Amino acid sequence: MKTIEQEELLLKGLAANDADAIETIYRDNFLAIKTFIIKNNGYTDDALDVFQEAMIVLFEKAKSGSFTLTCQLQTFLYSICRRLWLKKLQKQNRFNPSIETIEEIVPVDDEIEYHEKKNNDFLFMESALRKIGEPCKSLLEAFYLEKKSMPEIADFFGYTNADNAKTQKYKCLVRLKKIFFAQYKNKD
Amino acid sequence: MEENLLFDAIERYRNGQMDEKEKLFFEELKKNNPEIDQVVAEHSFFLAELERMSEQKKLRHNLNEVENKLINEGVISGEKGKTKSKLIYLWNRYQRTIAVAAAIACIVSLSTALSISKYSESKKAAVITPLVDHKLTQFEYKLNEIEHKLNDAATAPVKPKFEANFRATGFLVDRKGYLITNAHVVQNAKNLIVENKKGEQFYAEQVYLNPATDLAILKIADTSFKPVNELPYTFPKSAAELAEPIFTLGYPREEVVYGEGYLSAKSGYYGDTTSYQISISANPGNSGGPVINKNGEVIGIISSKETNADGVVFAIKSENIYDALKEVKKEKDISIKTPTVNTLKGLDRVKQIKKLEDFVYKVKGN
Repeated sequence: MKTIEQEELLLKGLAANDADAIETIYRDNFLAIKTFIIKNNGYTDDALDVFQEAMIVLFEKAKSGSFTLTCQLQTFLYSICRRLWLKKLQKQNRFNPSIETIEEIVPVDDEIEYHEKKNNDFLFMESALRKIGEPCKSLLEAFYLEKKSMPEIADFFGYTNADNAKTQKYKCLVRLKKIFFAQYKNKD
Repeated sequence: MEENLLFDAIERYRNGQMDEKEKLFFEELKKNNPEIDQVVAEHSFFLAELERMSEQKKLRHNLNEVENKLINEGVISGEKGKTKSKLIYLWNRYQRTIAVAAAIACIVSLSTALSISKYSESKKAAVITPLVDHKLTQFEYKLNEIEHKLNDAATAPVKPKFEANFRATGFLVDRKGYLITNAHVVQNAKNLIVENKKGEQFYAEQVYLNPATDLAILKIADTSFKPVNELPYTFPKSAAELAEPIFTLGYPREEVVYGEGYLSAKSGYYGDTTSYQISISANPGNSGGPVINKNGEVIGIISSKETNADGVVFAIKSENIYDALKEVKKEKDISIKTPTVNTLKGLDRVKQIKKLEDFVYKVKGN
């Protein structure tokens, strides 16, 4: 069992996308989740999916900065996974007896709801990026995600100068935003 | 201000790349121009989403890396996909069905020493109770002993003391000493003894066991056993009919017990086409007993009953026996001949039973 300090540290690590922290969390918690999923009509694959999703929820929480653990990390993760799995079962319309809980749980409905909403946005962004095609996608990724400078980008993509690259980037950005917001506004 | 310049400004503002003067100017601009303020809000939101997506992608990448690492180390235990063991899978199924049953009625177990781990391995698990009697009470055992002493004195060869922990039924399929019973009866038994109506006991061994069909074939391996008279019953060529009257003989007690009923459905538990549903009074110990129609044809073998319903008993269709016999012929080169002449047809029930009871055996073991 980890102390509160250790768990806080793990969360910080997770927020920073630190592979070691992620590995520790996996090692400490995955088997309990797997046992739970398998006991409730799932497979190891389902457990992996659910656990990954729960890690993303935890990641979002950890990044938000406002998150302090009010229970053990293990309990939080277990609760999230349990909720996610229950939802998945309902969605698949699989026969679903009262789900068996072997451990303590905390209410996590808000977290799940937030995560689902945000996850949709994530999908919108991904699909919008796919839709604008190349070289726009790579260009925008290089600038916004990889944080490359305009001269670097101009060089890499073969534009004559940084200004040209910038104009191109702007055009791409407008297209991306258009597609993204169109999806975003249509979602309801 | 042109849009591209505005975007640029917003991005620099967000990234903290503006100096104080420019920052103040920009904030002033937002405040005084609702339109610009809106663009700022929208673009900021958009950028935040973009960043979030990028971070999540990185996270997912890391998650997958860690997953793969742990899978390789065996921490997650398994090749993806088919990792769930058969036993766990069946256990799940079993649990699920239990839940259904619990929703309909509360479960009444009729068998006392029923070990769940034992039966969850068979597809007949779930709410159905195999009809083996694991409950040989102290009293019955004593009674047994006395009975045997008397018998031993009278007829049967002396047998070493044998403490059985279950009891079921079986019946001869070949006069040379081959018996049919349920797989769930004998599958975990170390020693098997069969006993006829006269109380003669013989050691028996398994020659065939199929938990899927829940059929087992035993061979009486005792030298004291002599081939019996021709079996009076046969196995039907066609499927049994709904509502057909049926009867059985079995050993829910130490003494042979007769029961009668009718065929209530042409399929078994959850539409299992390899068995019939019959309505008959069956209790632990009846497992492996023959289900016989009025013409003296064995249409099935009693295997289990639904725990939460009364009189819902399942019998394996006797056509499954043929597959079992073929298997035995192939695997062990033992040729078992099913009886061909039916001498029960046309007799009244009492006479039928009289002829029949010598061929129905008590199966015991530990």
